[in-house]
This record gives sequence, structure tokens and C-alpha cells, in this order.
Amino acid sequence: MGEAAGTYRKLRLLDGAGQGRAIARMAREIVEAEGGTDGFVLIGIRTRGVPLARRLAAEIERTERVRIPVGLLDITLYRDDLSTVAASPVLKKTEIPFPVEGRTVVLCDDVIYTGRTVRAAMDAILDFGRPRKILLAVLVDRGRRELPIEAQFVGKRVATSATEIVSVTFRETDGVDDVWLLDREASAKAARRALRPAARKSPKRRSKK
Amino acid sequence: MTTKRSETPEPAVPRPPTFSRKDLLDIESITEDDIRLVLDTAESMREINQRSIKKVPALRGKLVANLFFENSTRTRFSFEIAERRLSADSIALSATGSSVAKGETLLDTGRNLMAMAPDAIVIRHQRSGAPHLLARHLPCAIVNAGDGAHAHPTQALLDAFTIRRAKGSLAGLRVAICGDVSHSRVARSNVSLLTKMGAGVTLFGPATLLPVEIERTGARVVTRVEEAVEGADVVMILRVQKERGGGLGFPSDKEYFELFGLTPARRRLAKKDAIVMHPGPMNRGVEIDSAVADGPDSVILDQVENGVAVRMAVLYLLIGASGDE
Repeated sequence: MGEAAGTYRKLRLLDGAGQGRAIARMAREIVEAEGGTDGFVLIGIRTRGVPLARRLAAEIERTERVRIPVGLLDITLYRDDLSTVAASPVLKKTEIPFPVEGRTVVLCDDVIYTGRTVRAAMDAILDFGRPRKILLAVLVDRGRRELPIEAQFVGKRVATSATEIVSVTFRETDGVDDVWLLDREASAKAARRALRPAARKSPKRRSKK
Repeated sequence: MTTKRSETPEPAVPRPPTFSRKDLLDIESITEDDIRLVLDTAESMREINQRSIKKVPALRGKLVANLFFENSTRTRFSFEIAERRLSADSIALSATGSSVAKGETLLDTGRNLMAMAPDAIVIRHQRSGAPHLLARHLPCAIVNAGDGAHAHPTQALLDAFTIRRAKGSLAGLRVAICGDVSHSRVARSNVSLLTKMGAGVTLFGPATLLPVEIERTGARVVTRVEEAVEGADVVMILRVQKERGGGLGFPSDKEYFELFGLTPARRRLAKKDAIVMHPGPMNRGVEIDSAVADGPDSVILDQVENGVAVRMAVLYLLIGASGDE
């Protein structure tokens, strides 16, 4: 959890307006790919997949006048690194108040990185029933996958190094819509000289991937 | 870096809380934060118990040994179900048909078991302090499933969970605990937990079934059952523990029922929306009237249902993560 300290803002990937445009485009792509709004549901992976799922649902409702069911999924109990983390991560509630059987599930998360979170989420979804299909929507695809998993709907693609962190914030959870690429101070000493000196403040709260 | 998904939670929680102890031995040794963490985690576990597939892989590859030296149906089943729902492997050892019957000491049984590397041992024992003995000598997590007349922490946690679900919170509630107090580890753990969390506890027991120095528990002690029940938000009835000599403290079951049993008339002294609890197994017609036990205010079966979720939470918090990063 110590990554927040010792990092600096390297590059803004999306500002608030850019984030809104990306989500609007993803919403259109989902409706287009599904040939309408029938039979699909959105499930957000806690924590920041949830605001993404809600924004996508709101966008689809605005353009299509259809309300898409939104579920919340906590994947903690399905993690493959439970036995290597030092403390039991805090569980939050999973709320999927609709059957997934036979439907198309669009999983939503803020960032895809190794793919392990999505693997865990798929296992969890399959315990709720047998969806017709599972698709994946992410605001940022930062590459560096460790599992053969790909997102069908992507807000922004960016190639990253292992020391970098993608910080996605939403108004609902963090007070501001923003997407930044952060890097660790120590690992970036050389690179820093080449960058503008202004871009060096640590933001307050973010998700780190 | 093992965190693929960092768990920076919603604002205002600086660090994820963790359970403060290696073991769950009694309520006295854990903190209010621990209690809250167990109850909050149990809410998530409860949701799993309502799915069609009631199983998650959280404790895959973990081994839990259940040592029940004393009869138990509810608690043992509850732990076994909790272990299975979290995908832990579990083995059971009962006092009969094992080396215990051949005269092995508790500590030797524990050490031998430890050689087979369990991650947790759930123990019920007729002697107070037996789980503490194992906890001092064994590196794995020890969960007390009831030791003599001392403590039954998971029962107190599931009772608190049941009360919190029914009443919203524990602080400020008036809880009456009535019956065979002196033989009841349930009473002891409940008084400890409820007072810790800010509820007011009133204890009633027939004079012959009250332990000495009961005032030290921090509960108000009254001499008539009506006095305890009056105005209560929660009425918890204890079982007369005949196997521990509880039956010797009064002349007959009928007399106990007449003088102290929770009848519909006595129930009406409590608040209108009060809930009625009993840790089971019930002696109907002794400490509780069937009309009350099966009545609309009874949460006795909710207690059993919630027991699984609470024990899942305890096991997950104790052994869900290795802690040796």
C-alpha cells in the first residue's frame, strides 16, 4: 500500500472530459456489438469497476432509453494471491440482484494489467450461473498481461513499464475524474531529467495498478 | 509486488483492518475493532450462503482440524459447513475412537496433529482453558468452539451478528440474559462482547445458578426474571445445562418453568419489537415456552443460519492470508 508515497505524476492519460468521451464511446460500442440492449448486464468489479459500470449504464440509458441492470462484484475470495498477501483483504459485499444465466455479462474494471483480477471475476461470475457470454470493458488497458485475457471495450490503451502505476479516479469515489500515469521516484531518476519539472506532485487518492 | 489489485478502499479507511490475534480464544482477548471486522466480514459471507453455488475458493489448500472432545451437533456442523463453503479441507477428531480414548494428553494430541500441518484447529473441550493451552504451544490458529464453562466466542459473535441485523446496531440496546448463568460459557462470552460494544446487559439466574462474583462481569444482576425482561430489546434465554449439574439447582423442570421460564406473558414485558434468542438445544417447557420459541419474535433459527457466516468470517480472517510475506 506504500506506492502512493514515492511516486510522481508522469503523464496525464485522460482528463475529465476525455474520460467522459471514452466512456460514451465504449457505451456505444457495447450496444453496437450486442446489436441492441437486450439480454446484457453490466457487472463492476469493486472498487473502481463499479463507477465505470454505472457510468456506462447511465450513458446507455441516455442514448437508448433503456435501463441496464448493474451488479457489484467483490473478487477477494477468488484471488490467486490470497496466500501470499500479508493480511486478509477486507471483504466488501457482492450484489448481483439478477440472474446471469443465459445473459451476456459485460464485466467492468478501471484498469486491466496482469489479467488476474479478471480471471478471478470470471470464476466468481460462473458461480452465479452460466452466462451466455462474458465480455470485458476497461477504461485503461496498460498491457503486461500474465494471463491470456483481453478486453473487448477499451477507453485508452497505453504501454507501461512494471514500475509505473495507472491511477484512475472517479468523481463518485475520489471526487475527481482523472487518469494519470505515475512512476516511482527511485526507478525514474534518469527519466525525470527529460521530463518537465512541473509534473511532480503526488495526487491524494487513486487506485494503483 | 503481489498486489495485482490494490485495495485502496473508499476514502476514510487509511489501511485495511486486520484481525489482531493469531487465535480466537475468548472475547476478552480481542478488540472492538476485531469484533466489528468479524461482523462486517460475516455480512459478505452471508451473501455467499444465499447463492445457488455456496462455495468460494478462498481457503483452497488450507487444512482445518476439528477436535470435539465434547458432544456438539450444531457447532460442529456449523464449523464444518463454514470450512467447506470456503473450500478448506477439514478433518474431524472426536474423543471416542481416537488416541484420546487411549489416554493421550491434550497437548500430545495437539503436537501430533501439528506434525500434519493444519492451518487451524477448532477445538471444543469440557475443560476451561484447553484451547489456550494449545494456542500457547502450537503455531497454527486455534479457534475455541466452547471450553467448559469459560467461553464460546463464536456463539457470542453470531449472537451479536443476529442482534445487529435485527436492530441495526448493538450500542444502547437493552439485552436480558436469563437462565443457568453459572454453567453458561455462552452467557459469559455474550456479556463480555455486548458490554464491550456498548449494549446494557441485565442478567437473571435462579440464585442457585448464579456464579460468585457475577457483578464483576459489568452486567446488572436482578433477582426476578420479570425484572430482567421488562423493557428489553433482546431476550436471550439460556439452556438449563443438566449435563453440567444445572438440574441440581432447582427441584423440577415444571417448577423451573413456572418460576423462571419465558412464557408469552413474560415475553410481553419486553419491548413490543423485542427479539427472542436461544443458543440451543432448547429444553421446551423448561426454560422456554414453545409458543415463544416458535413465535414471530423468535430469531433462534436465524442464529443457526448466521452461525455459518460468522464462522466463515473467523476462519477467513485467521487463515485466509498467510501473514508471512
